[in-house]
Amino acid sequence: MNKTAPLDVIKEPSMLKQKEMIDTNFKSLSTANEEGRKVCSTFVPGNLNELLMCFDFTRNFPEINALQNGMRKKSGRLIMEAERNGQSEDVCTYVKSDLGMMLQGNIGPTGDKLPDPDVLLLSYTGCFTFMKWFELVREKYDCETIMLHVPYQADGKITKNMRDYVVKQLKEDVIPTLERVSGVKFDMDRLRQYMRQSAKAEDDLVWILQSAKNRPSPIDAFFGGVYYIGPIFTAFRGTEAATEYYRVLRGEIQQRLANGQGPVTPEGDFGKERFRLVVEGTPNYTNFREFWKMFYDEGAVVVASSYTKVGGVYDFGFRHDPDHPLESLADYCLGCYTNLSLPARIKMLCNYMDDYQADGLVINSVKSCNSFSAGQLLMLREIEKRTGKPGAFIETDLVDPRYFSAANVKNRLESYFQMLQQKGAHQAA
Amino acid sequence: MTVQQIVDRCQALFDDLDFNAVKEWKAAEPGRKAIGYMPIYVPREIIHAAGMLPVGIFGGGDQLEVIHGDAYYQSYICRIPRSTIELGLTGRLDSLDGMLFPSICDVIRNLSGMWQLLFKDKYVRYFDVPQTYRDDIAGTFYIHELQSLRDDLGELAGRPISDDDLHQSIALYNDNRKAIAELYQFRADQPWQAPTSELYLLLRAGMVLPVEEHSQLLRDYVAAANLVERPRRDNCRVVVNGVFCEQPPLGLIKSLEMAGCYVVDDDFLLITRWLLDAVPTTGDPMENLSKAFLHHSAATSAKFEPDKADKGKFLIAQVRNSGAEGVIFAAPSFCDPALLDRPMLQEALTQNDIPFTAFKYAENTGQLQAIREQAGTFADSIKLWSA
Repeated sequence: MNKTAPLDVIKEPSMLKQKEMIDTNFKSLSTANEEGRKVCSTFVPGNLNELLMCFDFTRNFPEINALQNGMRKKSGRLIMEAERNGQSEDVCTYVKSDLGMMLQGNIGPTGDKLPDPDVLLLSYTGCFTFMKWFELVREKYDCETIMLHVPYQADGKITKNMRDYVVKQLKEDVIPTLERVSGVKFDMDRLRQYMRQSAKAEDDLVWILQSAKNRPSPIDAFFGGVYYIGPIFTAFRGTEAATEYYRVLRGEIQQRLANGQGPVTPEGDFGKERFRLVVEGTPNYTNFREFWKMFYDEGAVVVASSYTKVGGVYDFGFRHDPDHPLESLADYCLGCYTNLSLPARIKMLCNYMDDYQADGLVINSVKSCNSFSAGQLLMLREIEKRTGKPGAFIETDLVDPRYFSAANVKNRLESYFQMLQQKGAHQAA
Repeated sequence: MTVQQIVDRCQALFDDLDFNAVKEWKAAEPGRKAIGYMPIYVPREIIHAAGMLPVGIFGGGDQLEVIHGDAYYQSYICRIPRSTIELGLTGRLDSLDGMLFPSICDVIRNLSGMWQLLFKDKYVRYFDVPQTYRDDIAGTFYIHELQSLRDDLGELAGRPISDDDLHQSIALYNDNRKAIAELYQFRADQPWQAPTSELYLLLRAGMVLPVEEHSQLLRDYVAAANLVERPRRDNCRVVVNGVFCEQPPLGLIKSLEMAGCYVVDDDFLLITRWLLDAVPTTGDPMENLSKAFLHHSAATSAKFEPDKADKGKFLIAQVRNSGAEGVIFAAPSFCDPALLDRPMLQEALTQNDIPFTAFKYAENTGQLQAIREQAGTFADSIKLWSA
């Protein structure tokens, strides 16, 4: 690690651009009601951003609000507010952070007020909790709720029945309701145009994520990856701004590759790459930088992660397809990572271990997300067995600071890295 | 048979974590097969029509020591998947030829994948159900899912499942639901004559017995219970809500009754009462089962409520129809569907001036004193302060 790193967080042009995009969207949300723009709240996995743009909706993502509140150390009190209001301490903290924020006046993470939604689009992909979440949010707002039920890929494949079901919902329920709420007539060519932008950005995203196959990896595909997926998983997929962001980002990473550099960390350039890891699970957002530092201080770079696939799995060939727009939206929803079966998830991670020449697997299991977490201990065993590479298991939470025990996590990671080092030395001998 | 004999038989079935009743049923005729299923709902009619025994797997209860199962789950995951894994890994479910994991929550959903990995020689299926309710959209999807299950089980049985087979099975399950409705009505009318601890055991017996035998057992119980006079207590009448998946220990149910609560409706083993009306026994059986699910099934936390105004209506109707005076929310720890649903249901009850209390449990909860005190206080408050 570069010990002379400046105290200020290092930011590259792509980071600044993303920050500007996010700020603009929060500003746009804050003025939407008064300016008469319609607002749709929807979830990240299986989101229909291109379709929503066809109706001029401003898009609000409750998970993003929760994680942004987590990163800004605001989520703890919001969660407790929701618990004081009757939510159980056992349930998802993303939900409670959102509900707590609503209870405290719905002031968003940037300090701007978030708007009342005109429609809740429940893209029910890969998470049962989403369903309850929007039922709870609906209690407060007098607006329509659209349920888009996306079947689970239990057998590791998308069947015709699944695709037809999703397409039919889009055609006969989702689109007509969005037309009615927005007052804008649906235009398929407009959707195609947005999807062309999406596909361009997706090509660049895949290139960026796969750049981690190089040694040293020019990116961190988990901690850095969280930033890389920001625009494409949320309100920007399909926009020219997102396409431009990924073009700029790709250029930066190409340069890093050419220079033989590792990833950028908040404290500057990554030092010597000692360990290459695959990470399964979500980040912890309340102590994001502290958590990341535990890795880069030890020279551990994440070369592939499952979290960067929750809002779309693109690295096996899927792209939004303007020639088959609705079918393509269906396949996108069906293919998100947490909508995949456990055997499919294991297979994907084993492939990552091989393709990215990883030394080991780290699973960050979060209390809040059963969709991710239930079964991860079996995944750990299976992946260790199939790849012969060791795994580590740590437990934190997404946005509840009460579940992040820095000393315990650090202790476990340090032991794991020592073990990897000894294993490496042994193999070298 | 007397009430006690019937209850003893059910208790023995409940206590038997080796599922000997299933083994005996299979041994009675070569080639018989049994299919397990988890809460809440699978169309048992299709399993039955394939000539197989549907077997409800509701975890290990409080008598199973979970050793292996805990190694598969973090501390913040509910208990039913870990005890179910324990049952599987210790060979107690070897008599099952397959397992169905219905769409209910992320934990049970992921358990279907774990089962695929751990029990590779068994038939394993995640059974998806629609969360939208239009016949021309959800119905088409669901009928296909039903047909796919029908084809799979037909293949496993070595013979296709005919429409006639299905009509006969639907008729038998219609009769079973009718018998259960009669039992529930009997309890609601005279809860002192049919304690819930007994009713519960009767329902659990239906998880391992053939449906024909179970329907007869239910009717025998009501007939026998009518013949004995039991002491009537000045208990309050409550609906228990939230117990649709991981089951509370039997001691907890007894504790509620000892604390002064007559349970007059509930959502225990909801599969037995999931379909609210008789399913037609003529026409296309797949379409009939689909329409029954889409338009005539119970409301529960694992099911999307499309209309905000209808949230809680089903529970309020349960309260009104059973003459209950309050609701006890009993949810398993870490059960996202039940615990996230609860505040909305509580709000609906508040709007309707229906008192409630709430607690959590696990299937192996051993300390019942606190729950007994809470339920007792709730019962007292209703008796003393509700005019």
